[in-house]
Amino acid sequence: MAATKASKEQKYDRQLRLWGDHGQEALENAHVCLINATATGTEILKNLVLPGIGAFTIVDGHVVSGEDVGNNFFLSNNSIGKNRAQAATELLQELNSDVSGNFVEESPDKLLDNDPEFFHRFTIVIGVQLPESTCLRLGSVLWSASVPFLVCKTYGLIGYMRLAIQEHTVIESHPDNALEDLRLDQPFAEFKNHVKTYDLGSMDKKDHSHTPWIIVVAKYLEKWLSEHNSQPPKNYKEKEAFRQLIREGILRNENGVPEDEENFEEAVKNVNTALNPTKVPSAVEDLFNSEECNNITSQTPPFWVMLRAVKEFVLSEGHGSLPVRGTIPDMIADSQKFINLQNVYREKAMQDAAAVSKHVESLLQSVGKPPESISEKDIKLFCKNSSFLRVVRCRSLAEEYSVDSVNKDEIASCMDNPDSEMVFYLMLRAVDRFYQQHSRYPGVYNYQVEEDISKLKLCVNSLLQEYSLNVNIKDDYIHEFCRYGAAEPHTVAAFMGGSAAQEAIKIISHQFVPFSNTFIYNAMSQTSATLQL
Amino acid sequence: MADADEPEKKRRRVVELTEKMVVDGYNGRCSEWEGRWNHIKKFLERSGPFTHPDFEPSTQSLQFMLETCRILIIGAGGLGCELLKDLALSGFRNIHVIDMDTIDVSNLNRQFLFRPKDVGRPKADVAADFINSRIPGCCVVPHFKKIQDFDETFYRQFHIIVCGLDSIVSRRWMNGMLLSLLVYEDGVLDPGSIIPLIDGGTEGFKGNARVILPGMSACIDCTLELYPPQVNFPMCTIASMPRLPEHCIEYARVLLWPKEKPFGDEVVLDGDDPEHIQWVYQKSLERAAEFNITGVTYRLTQGVVKRIIPAVASTNAVIAAACATEVFKIASSAYIPLNNYMVYNDVDGLYTYTFEAERKENCSACSQIPVDLNFSPSSKLQEVLDFLTESASLQMKSPALTATVEGKNKTLYLQSVASIEQRTRPNLSKTLKELGLTDGQELAVADVTTPQTMLFRLCFTS
Repeated sequence: MAATKASKEQKYDRQLRLWGDHGQEALENAHVCLINATATGTEILKNLVLPGIGAFTIVDGHVVSGEDVGNNFFLSNNSIGKNRAQAATELLQELNSDVSGNFVEESPDKLLDNDPEFFHRFTIVIGVQLPESTCLRLGSVLWSASVPFLVCKTYGLIGYMRLAIQEHTVIESHPDNALEDLRLDQPFAEFKNHVKTYDLGSMDKKDHSHTPWIIVVAKYLEKWLSEHNSQPPKNYKEKEAFRQLIREGILRNENGVPEDEENFEEAVKNVNTALNPTKVPSAVEDLFNSEECNNITSQTPPFWVMLRAVKEFVLSEGHGSLPVRGTIPDMIADSQKFINLQNVYREKAMQDAAAVSKHVESLLQSVGKPPESISEKDIKLFCKNSSFLRVVRCRSLAEEYSVDSVNKDEIASCMDNPDSEMVFYLMLRAVDRFYQQHSRYPGVYNYQVEEDISKLKLCVNSLLQEYSLNVNIKDDYIHEFCRYGAAEPHTVAAFMGGSAAQEAIKIISHQFVPFSNTFIYNAMSQTSATLQL
Repeated sequence: MADADEPEKKRRRVVELTEKMVVDGYNGRCSEWEGRWNHIKKFLERSGPFTHPDFEPSTQSLQFMLETCRILIIGAGGLGCELLKDLALSGFRNIHVIDMDTIDVSNLNRQFLFRPKDVGRPKADVAADFINSRIPGCCVVPHFKKIQDFDETFYRQFHIIVCGLDSIVSRRWMNGMLLSLLVYEDGVLDPGSIIPLIDGGTEGFKGNARVILPGMSACIDCTLELYPPQVNFPMCTIASMPRLPEHCIEYARVLLWPKEKPFGDEVVLDGDDPEHIQWVYQKSLERAAEFNITGVTYRLTQGVVKRIIPAVASTNAVIAAACATEVFKIASSAYIPLNNYMVYNDVDGLYTYTFEAERKENCSACSQIPVDLNFSPSSKLQEVLDFLTESASLQMKSPALTATVEGKNKTLYLQSVASIEQRTRPNLSKTLKELGLTDGQELAVADVTTPQTMLFRLCFTS
């Protein structure tokens, strides 16, 4: 057992550095359902099997065709005529023995007829190349059961993805460019006391040059405030003057030449960000004002309980600010000064987390739940990430497709540019319509291409009319979509395979922020767009 | 593997692969079946409103791609495995792949052509075997070699070259190689000598794909400033003022190891040897304890020592797919290729940004103008060397300088051969004037970042 764990750590090392052991655990507990083992489907699954999801189940009633084998790495020509779910499961399973692969030789429509609750067991359901009716039926079942649904399609050189999830909370969003949480504009007591222990005027050169820039800025800010009626530098002119004040603090040698003090250079460089006012990000404010946060019950998931606790902290011990994050960036300083300063922030963070913990406890008690139901570890993680909390909510497919709630504004404004990616969304909808009417996709056979153009155009027009969409779709796109003949070229399927798999991993691990709610990829121009539909 | 056996083994392997193709084509394993290429044919046999102006629908294009088109893939790792699959399933059969590495267990989370039993074997060989057996008719020829082991005659045989490399130095070398193949007649570039270079790169959840038409569009060196040099921790921090766990690890790696030689006199630190990492880890913990620094873990130690870049299957899949789409477009003329750089990031939703990277007028690699080096005659040679390595637009690694002085070719400084390094080291502290160099003269510089010698013009400033 120990050997397996060690070798898994080695095998998954490169991805553990992205989502950690807890993220990996979430993956290993996940059971993913893929509907339709087309190239797009197997490519998505490959990118989930390799990182080690617990299990997958492929649902597919189709039989493998020669065409299928041609673009699919996980079908071989000796599986032609066999059930596609079974054939693909074999070759996908072979990728990673840690994963358990299953298949159901059935169409999703049959399952929806006979046993819709079949889908309730899954962590996420991924539906690929689904006709509109099946997609909507499935969407409705999964929405009611709160099972995340990821729809994915490759159509010619166009890729499409739609996420249908009611509410997805993210504590660890891992933002690319997070601002530091230094509190220089509203220093807490322990920080102020720590700054007091420094007397820049009486330090020797070595200490002076190795004082962390945070202390330097704090000292000079105190000076500035005392000389400016407690008003911090606000505009460019004042900030420049403040920078100059700091520069003048650089030690000079006997000849009056300024010494090389990198820490002071750092202080000057960081003035702008250091003076950023500390405030609760608006995204977090919005969360504070949401229904779930203000209505805690015994059913409330931990995320909202902790959020409410943080809100209460902000309104009391936090004096309007979130719990201190507790990290500082590296900076020129000697080890002791840096570690001591770092500890001031760390201890404050621990204190704040403890205060939040008290609020969590009393909230849990108020709804009759034991205080241990949310661990200290989770609360600490939550506090550390409190500036970066995100909640993704998607509209249901039913809302997107209903004439009453279609997002006309989004469609119309995107179509102000008739070549925007929105046109591909509309074409995919039109093609679905064509399939509903003719039980086939346009232009599959060469002889059909020409004549299907006018048929597809009728579908486009009926679509626009039904939704009262006053937009223009160029004939070129209608021609192009007939040209595609519902082809699923491997490279486009592989692009979508990678994209969709990563979104699924985000949903499963609750780390990083998933897209919302529609993604379109155009392989002709190598461009993409995310739309809200 | 004995070097003498190499060419013979390889020759036998190529014969084997060729025979396999013949057998597959005629009997036994069927390498064609009804509908196999349906998904591709629609793009080759049908006209459309967005096709390339040169495109003509034809049933011959598929034959060209299957039988004639030769593609070279550089790298059989995260991107390389994906590229092999993507191209094999897009109608390409004549594929060569170069990779100098062997398989490591940490590759298995994304390099899907490899299994635990393959650990230790050459990536190129295992990848080629897998593809050839999974995709009937496909003939991938592997080369367990460095790209520098091949010359122009090798590279010239390919129609398109795709890179899935993990180093900027190698990219630049490949870039330089393709530039050296360009033929100019009366100052006009012969388009037949252009071999398109598709380059992909990934790091965690970010990646990029670009199309380079050597001599025509921006090359790797034109946009070198997009990749600023890797910043290392300052020595004084590591030696006397550690603050982060990383500083403690670098201390053990850079200072303690050479001093204590824990595994023997000549034994170099091997990041792949768990015993070595364990030693560094222990020493780092001791160092950290001295300074009250927390956070040293085994994983962090490995990450710092090996300069590990996190990686997942999905990002590699996306970038390789984008690159393969471009290969298809160029080989078939079906669509206008990407012009010319796409960036991808899926940390927060999915984000792509596509733009045209511009050629740099005085690019040290692809503009045909020798780059001016401006120095005063009293500058030391060391200053010139520093400029070549530190300049953001050159970023050379260990340049070797030669010049013609008084009619004779003189090596001014060369690092890679110990005896010559010793002999020429005194030159570094001599001034350019003392070395006999004159205003306007040519300086030839060789470096790992380019297969060809680069010419510079020395311009004396007053």
